[in-house]
Formats: sequence, C-alpha cells, structure tokens
Amino acid sequence: MKIGVVTFPGSLDDRDAQRAVRRAGGEAVALWHGDHDLKGVDAIVLPGGFSYGDYLRCGAIAARSPIMSEVISAANAGMPVLGICNGFQILVEAHLLPGGLIRNDHGDFVCRDQRLRVENASTAWTSGFEVGQEITIPLKNAEGGFIVDAETLKRIEGEGQVAFRYLDVNPNGSLDDIAGLTNAAGNVVGLMPHPEHATEPGFGPDTPDAMRSGTDGLTFFTSVLESALARA
Amino acid sequence: MPTIVVEVMPKAELLDPAGKAVAGALSRLGKTEFSAVRIGKRFELTVDGAVTEAVLAEAQRLADDMLSNSVIEDVVRVYVLEGAGSAA
Repeated sequence: MKIGVVTFPGSLDDRDAQRAVRRAGGEAVALWHGDHDLKGVDAIVLPGGFSYGDYLRCGAIAARSPIMSEVISAANAGMPVLGICNGFQILVEAHLLPGGLIRNDHGDFVCRDQRLRVENASTAWTSGFEVGQEITIPLKNAEGGFIVDAETLKRIEGEGQVAFRYLDVNPNGSLDDIAGLTNAAGNVVGLMPHPEHATEPGFGPDTPDAMRSGTDGLTFFTSVLESALARA
Repeated sequence: MPTIVVEVMPKAELLDPAGKAVAGALSRLGKTEFSAVRIGKRFELTVDGAVTEAVLAEAQRLADDMLSNSVIEDVVRVYVLEGAGSAA
C-alpha cells in the first residue's frame, strides 16, 4: 500500500508524514507539487507547513499547483486524501472541503497538545477510531479559525461531515469547535491538528501514563491502510 | 502598460484581527478620531496589450476565482487604472 505525501515549496511536515506512513506499515512515496504524476499511490497526504509562503491566502496557490489537478481528480474518484493543517487549508481552497480558514481569533500562533473528540469514525482516515473517542494530538497554527456560511454549517453538521471537534478549549475561534471535516463520501479528510506528530512513543504529546508517549495520530494512517485492504 | 486593479476586503461580518491590532495601536497613539481599521488587498494586474472587454472580464473572473475566496472575502472593485499607460 503506497501513500503519497506531496511536498510543496514551504512544506514543513512532509518528512514527518512520510515517517508516520511507514510507522503505520505503509510505503511512503514522495510526490512533488510541480508534477502531474501521482506515481501509482493508493492514498495521498497533503502535509503541514507554509506552502508558497502562505502568499495570497493560506493554501490558495498550492491548491492551483500542477499536482493538485491530479489530486482533485483522484479525490473525486474516491481516493483517500488527508490534509493536515496547511494541507487542510489547501483542501478548502481546492473546494474538496467546504468553508474557509482564517487567522486565529486571538491573533496569535498557537502550539499545544490538543484534545479532540472523534465525531465521524466512518471515513477512510478515522475508521480505526470510535465515535465519541477522545484523542490528543499536537496543534500548531496561526490561521486555523474555521468559518463557513450558516446554511453550509447546518448541512455539514446534519450530514456528519464534522470529523473532529476541539475539546477543553477552542484554540482559534473555529465555528462549532470544528477541528476537522470530511467530504460527503468520507474519502477526503482535513484537520488543523497534526496526527503525524503523535505516532511514536517518546516524540508525541504527553499522556497520563508518560511524557511524550501519545500515539493517537497513528490511527489515521492505520485506518487508511486497513480501508485500502478492505477495498482490495 | 495598462493596469487593472482588483480590490479585495475581508467580509464585513468577519473579525479582521490585523485591522483590529492596527486600531489598537492608533488608540494607544491617541488617534481617537479613528474608531476602526480594516485591512484588505489591492492587486495590480499589468496587461500585455490593450484592455479589451474580454481582458476585463477575465480579470473579474480571476478576482472571483483566485484572487479572493468568497467564503471569507469580497471583491470590492475591479477597474482600469487611469493614466498608467503613459507612466510605463
């Protein structure tokens, strides 16, 4: 099972995402923003960072890069796509997910171990979770405030497209504490927090058991591997 | 070269934290006659050739599709910059 990780100019967490794929048992394939080649991958991760310097709007230029025309076609054909942080912003700008992400309401960059509640456990990337499960993964962004018009908000809430919600605190002013979304088909998921940073004991968020022992993010990657096996 | 200007503003109902920060600074400087600041964007598109109806329509389309995101921003104005032809 090959999972492609796209590197854009300004991507930061592409290597971490590749490592998370390997830790979950998949083969990580590096994809390049300027190519029109998905290299035969079975799923795609759009990693975090500051693609194209966040110029124009976060994710706006990346959403119109050559590789994204292939990603959009593949996503519309059902390929699993995960957008993390800047990757989430790219998915929104590419209209694969609804809404927009704006500057945090308090105006500051935020970096914290964030508790989340899993709201939808039937997507390609969340099937290893249970609905209502509480997980902790790192969050780090300045433009993570999710907004959408009232009508669309009602629709995505009603149709179960909210995949994750912030617990304890709303770190950026997101509507309805929304941390992540899925599309209607469940193959495209985007979220502001970083699951790839919670995949290896010793390097994840703190847990009650031990410092930096949190690996809740690994389930995103094992979920997609299992859902791909189930389809095969 | 003729220039087309595209002006984009964050939607009125959305918080503009950058504008709010500038408003706070003005207030600290004692500039009490200004109660609020909002920050938008101005794009200058240099046109290679004449600004035809088609070119202007294309600029309008770009303004809506790429230069702004209608979820969070409004295109305020798209117009040809007068007098730019001689300056170039």
